[in-house]
Amino acid sequence: MNLLRHRIGLAVACAISAFGMLAARSAEISASERRSGFEDMSRETQAMQSDDSANPGMLWVLEGEALWNAKPGADSHACADCHGDARVRMKGVAARYPVFDEANARPIDLEQRIQQCRRDRQQARPLAWESAELLALTAYVAHQSRGMPVEAPPDRRMQPARERGRELFTRREGQLNLSCGACHDDNWGKRLAGNVVPQGHPNGYPLYRLEWQSLGSLQRRLRNCMVGVRAEPYAYGSPELVALEAYLMLRAGGLKLESPAVRP
Amino acid sequence: MARALINVPAKAKRGDIVEVKALIAHPMETGYRHDIKGESIPRDIIKSFVCSYNGEDVFRAELFPAVAANPFIAFNVIASENGVLTFSWTDDHDQIEVRTAPITVE
Amino acid sequence: MQDASGRSGPNRRELIVSGAGRASLFVTRPACATDETMRAAIRDFVGEAQVRSGRIKLDLPPLVENGNAVPLAITVESPMTAEYHVKAIAVFNQKNPQPNVAIFHLGPRSGRAAVSTRIRLADSQTVTAIAQMSDGSFWSDSVDVVVTLAACVEGL
Repeated sequence: MNLLRHRIGLAVACAISAFGMLAARSAEISASERRSGFEDMSRETQAMQSDDSANPGMLWVLEGEALWNAKPGADSHACADCHGDARVRMKGVAARYPVFDEANARPIDLEQRIQQCRRDRQQARPLAWESAELLALTAYVAHQSRGMPVEAPPDRRMQPARERGRELFTRREGQLNLSCGACHDDNWGKRLAGNVVPQGHPNGYPLYRLEWQSLGSLQRRLRNCMVGVRAEPYAYGSPELVALEAYLMLRAGGLKLESPAVRP
Repeated sequence: MARALINVPAKAKRGDIVEVKALIAHPMETGYRHDIKGESIPRDIIKSFVCSYNGEDVFRAELFPAVAANPFIAFNVIASENGVLTFSWTDDHDQIEVRTAPITVE
Repeated sequence: MQDASGRSGPNRRELIVSGAGRASLFVTRPACATDETMRAAIRDFVGEAQVRSGRIKLDLPPLVENGNAVPLAITVESPMTAEYHVKAIAVFNQKNPQPNVAIFHLGPRSGRAAVSTRIRLADSQTVTAIAQMSDGSFWSDSVDVVVTLAACVEGL
């Protein structure tokens, strides 16, 4: 109970300081100031991410590799049967997603693309959002772009989603009446409790979050943040979360992909 | 089968001390948590880890719930001869995961 | 716990329960290890022998980013020969529900008395590591660690 009061107190202090800010940086983060959440972590957590033998996210990548090569059903074919070697064919994919899906005339993120492939081309059962298998496949595909710079494709059809995402990012929400930007545009680099406020880039997803003790998706993280400001979180797979991701990838342009990253 | 990652240098000079790293996927459920309905989540951890070198135990660890999920252990061993390092993790139900890694010693 | 079916959001009861964040996962935890239980656990390991400071070094970050996975490294000065080596290294904590963390068993084939792992710390507390030498002597080192909780309440 003390913990709950402590947390409410912390959240109220956070809200008060958000209102009291005078010289707030309201603009987007310029390319030269952009930094990955990796820079804000302790040396030990950075080491955990950088060592593939110590990074727990690599366990999901390993699982994803097995799933990539396995047939989901007796009559179906494996991802590898169409796409071949992921190390070659999936290079660059995660660095540019979400993209515009012509079949459904709307933006699609990596998890949705995997679901779509399974349903339409593999005759496989859908995977639950945040399930171990979906996370593993996403981690394996995303990992093939590790080290590449985030580059949202110059596709005009993605513009409405990116604009919607920007609007969602800068709009105040929840009982605490905070926008994503209030912390991640205006106060990155400062401390909230024991942690440094990161700029909030999606360049490490899916990632192993120490708080979750598991690998998780960007959507899980965004939903967590919304609960954090006491807003009703958008559903997994909702267009709002895809729009947010589209905007976040634009905002993170140039940062290197780190999937699977480790974060506190 | 739980996923595991082992890091052993493939080759070493005789007498070299090599660092071995072992990481295995496991939630290490402490037994102290409760789910959203208030029910206790039973303990389920990996309680021991053994590394043997050509059949002889060279490192052992007894683990308790305070070890983090997806347990990671790094330790050292003298590269004494060609052979195989065998790693086994035993959980609370006495289920054992085994992995092996070869080592070439010159 | 987590709902993987894609429900749009927590219902009111879940939000209230999860409002305590990680505290809801510990709400009815048993009495934590105290200095007394930690001392008892240490006695189980060392028996009546005297424990001296030195030879062993326990490395833990003084301020931890997340208590779920705290990197821990231990090194012990020892030639690790058949005649004189580290037999075991035991790690104890002060405030988790249980005083034991891990016990590592080494020997002359280890070459070097150095181990590392990641541990869980429920609160700011003292962590102690004790090395048992082949000659029956015991050596210890302790570190005080500050553990802060995640700033934003999660529950999903």
